[in-house]
Order: sequence, then C-alpha cells, then structure tokens
Amino acid sequence: MKLIIIAGPPSAGKTAVTRQIIRHFLGKKKCAFLKIDVVRAFEDEELKEEFHIPARKIYSGDLCPDHTGVMVLKDAIAWAEGLGTDIFIVESAGLCLRCSPYVTQSLGIVVLSAVSGMNSPLKMGPMISLADVAVITKTDLVSQSEKEVFREKTKEVAPAIDIIETNAIQGTGLRFLMRAIDQQAEIADPASILLRGIPPLGVCTICVGKREIGWQNHFGVVRKLDGADDIFRGD
Amino acid sequence: MSSGAISDITILPGHDKHGNPESFDRIVIRPGDTLSIVGPTGSGKTAFINDIEVFACNDTSTGRTVLVNGEIPAEEFIRDPSKKPIALITQNTKCLADMSVEAFLAMHVRARKMSGSAIVAETIDLANQFTGEQIHPGCLITALSGGQTRSLMVADAILISNAPLILLDEVENAGIFREKVIEVLKEHCKSVIFVTHDPLVSLLSDRRLVMRHGGVERILEPEGRETHIREMVARMDLTLCRFRERIRAGELLTEPGFLV
Repeated sequence: MKLIIIAGPPSAGKTAVTRQIIRHFLGKKKCAFLKIDVVRAFEDEELKEEFHIPARKIYSGDLCPDHTGVMVLKDAIAWAEGLGTDIFIVESAGLCLRCSPYVTQSLGIVVLSAVSGMNSPLKMGPMISLADVAVITKTDLVSQSEKEVFREKTKEVAPAIDIIETNAIQGTGLRFLMRAIDQQAEIADPASILLRGIPPLGVCTICVGKREIGWQNHFGVVRKLDGADDIFRGD
Repeated sequence: MSSGAISDITILPGHDKHGNPESFDRIVIRPGDTLSIVGPTGSGKTAFINDIEVFACNDTSTGRTVLVNGEIPAEEFIRDPSKKPIALITQNTKCLADMSVEAFLAMHVRARKMSGSAIVAETIDLANQFTGEQIHPGCLITALSGGQTRSLMVADAILISNAPLILLDEVENAGIFREKVIEVLKEHCKSVIFVTHDPLVSLLSDRRLVMRHGGVERILEPEGRETHIREMVARMDLTLCRFRERIRAGELLTEPGFLV
C-alpha cells in the first residue's frame, strides 16, 4: 500500500486535488481516505458518495491536528491495509502554517493556492520544506508574473521540491502528480514509520486550559514581549 | 527559449464528448497566425486552449496531443512558467498584487533575470496602445480597470514573457482595442488563439475553429471571402466605440440615425 499525506492551508484546494487523484486511479487502484480536521469536515462523506471508496474522518478538537495525526496514523494504516487498499490518502487540516504531518515511507504533498499572495510560501516553514511535492492551485486566476514569482518563493523555502501548477477543479497539469504517485514506493514497514519533522509544541499551560493572558500566569515556555522574536523553536 | 526557436505548434486530433474522433488531420500554428475558437457555451472552447496550455499528450479528457516543432516538448517547457512558450490570459486572470504598475512589471523582469529597466517603460507604452484609459507607471495594479489590466497583461506577455503563443480566453468585453492588439501581435510575430463570442475578433482571425460537443467540428479559412462584412463590422464597432465614449462623457445622443 502507498501512503499519501496531503497538507496545506484552509481553502487551498486539498480536497480538489484529492478528488483528481481518486478520479485518476478509479478502476485501476483501490483508494481509501482519511480526513483529519478540527471541528467540522464533510470531505469523507462527499468522497464516499462520489467515488464509493472507504473514507472516514477524525476531529482533533482542541489538540493540534498534526498531533492527532501522529496518534491515529498507525491504526489508520492498519484499517486501510485491512481493506486491501492500494493508495491510502490522509488529508490534514492545515491551520497554523507550521503543520508538517509528513512521515517517512510516504509521499508528502503540500497544496498551496496561487491567490494567497506571493509571499505566502515564505510564511510557511516545514509544511513546504518537508513535503516532496508542492501542488500550486488556482494558477488560472493569477497573472503570469505572479505565477512565476510564487514559484520562485516556493523554491526559496524548498529548493528541491517538485512543483506542479494546476487548476485543480479541471485537473490541468496534474499528470506530473500522478506520475509521482506511480513512482512512490509502497510502505515497507509500518512499524518503522517516523514523522519527518517536529510538530509545533503542543503541551503547555494554555493548551491544558489556563486562559489568563500574560506570561506571569504560565509556566513551561514563558517569554516576555521584548526579546521574544522566535517564541519557541523545537530542539 | 527564445521565441525564434519555435517554428510551429501542432495539435493532433482527439475525440469529442461522445468519444467520436475529431475529423481534422492536424492543426499547425505558425508565428503570426491568428485563430479564433467559436461555438456555444459548453462546446469545448476552453478545453481546447487548456490542452495547448498543458501540452496535452493524449492524457487530457479530449485525447489531443500538442507538439512543438513536430515533437513532444521537453518537460521544463511544460512545467516552468518562465520557460513555457505559452501565455494564457483568461477572463478570470487577475493581478492581485497591491503594488504599482511599475513595481509589478519590475518584479516580473527580476523573476525572469532580465537586464535593463527600459523594458518596463516599453511595456507600459505598449499597454497604453491597447486601451483608451491611460495607465500611469505609478498607478496601483489593484486600481486598474478591467480593460487596463487586460492590456497590461497582453503587453507583458508580448514583451516580458516574450511568449511566442498567446491564448486569450474571452477577454474581448474588457474594453481593449482588439484590432490594435491583433496588429501588434502580428508585428511581433506572435501567434494568438482567441476563445471568443465577438464578431469582430472572429472576423479578424485567419482561421476559425468551430466547436461542437467538445470536439473541433470544422475549420474555416475565409481567405478574403468575408472582407466585405469584416469591414462593415469594423465600422459598426468604431461607431459603437464613439457612442460609448460620448455616453461616458455625459452626452445625450440625439442624432435621428447614423450611417454604418
């Protein structure tokens, strides 16, 4: 079974890309789908109805969706394997632009929207830099110049990333994505799958429910306004 | 790739929505050619230019194949927009950047690693030949009208992108001087394909592809037989342009009639 992990900001077109992948492999490969979202998601039901494939979702609630992904991925792989799946697609929620749900032995796809502003790739770190492929959607809506600059900025964050530009609704240009999926190796050993990067810090006094503002009220990662340029960097 | 390196782009037939093969043998587009694509909504006009834009290789829903100089093009021409010999401007294409016209063009020039600042001014001058509303270098991109934006994008495609083939998807309603655009494209030896419902643009093109049910149904080459009507439509268009300008200027149009 091949594992595909799709991340990207809200409304970038992750599900449109997922649909194109499923449509392309329909009748040739068995696809299964898992959506990890925060409060509400409909993609699983839509895809189940449209393509009659196994699809499910999990809500992360107050936990970071990446943490949720780490927590459930092993079970989810076993679920998909048990169904005889060839291609298992996991779509993350993509919220804080710090997300990086990609794991080893998988194809990591970040979906970015060309209309989100030319500097937006620079504002996302590991969500782009740890992905294998960047699918840039809605390129039909922006000028040639902006398209070229968006591509350059994406390359700045991840020089070796494979960039694929598309109008994901129509699926233009996605043959290179399908090729990358064709060439992707299957999971060799589920027990040895590792997260590629370190997710954002997920446990602190704010996470566990203390709502008072001000550093004086918290412990764990405590910073004052002055000198807090990078609040916290994983070691 | 310089524009001189491309001698022709060839489209090989696919099939329509019902799976029937298209009847043409091949469509060859050479520098300076103008084609228009006509047909009712849903007949496959946009799918046709999308096939060209992605260099279809029997891998799109239409099954067409697009060749450059008679061969399947190299992957970087297809994938890197700065190397791609095609510029697509659709009715949905926008410039979203909140910056001045001058800064916007300079950004594109930098992205292309081109030298010389003269090209920015040249591009603005060219765009101003396509539109009646003057574009100033200091104007904000986001404050431009639809016609000014389209004019700027066409000028950018000609001079900065230097794309040998320009695809224009229903841009006629945006108040640009269509005859002038076609004239300049020919001067610069650019090929252009219009997806259009506009009589004047259709009549000004060398060839017309008629679409039906997703396939090319017919290829018309008027070869001068439409000259009479074309000249009449051009005069009507000019008359309408003048009326438009007078209405914009706040006039009442009280003539008892007019000659076309």
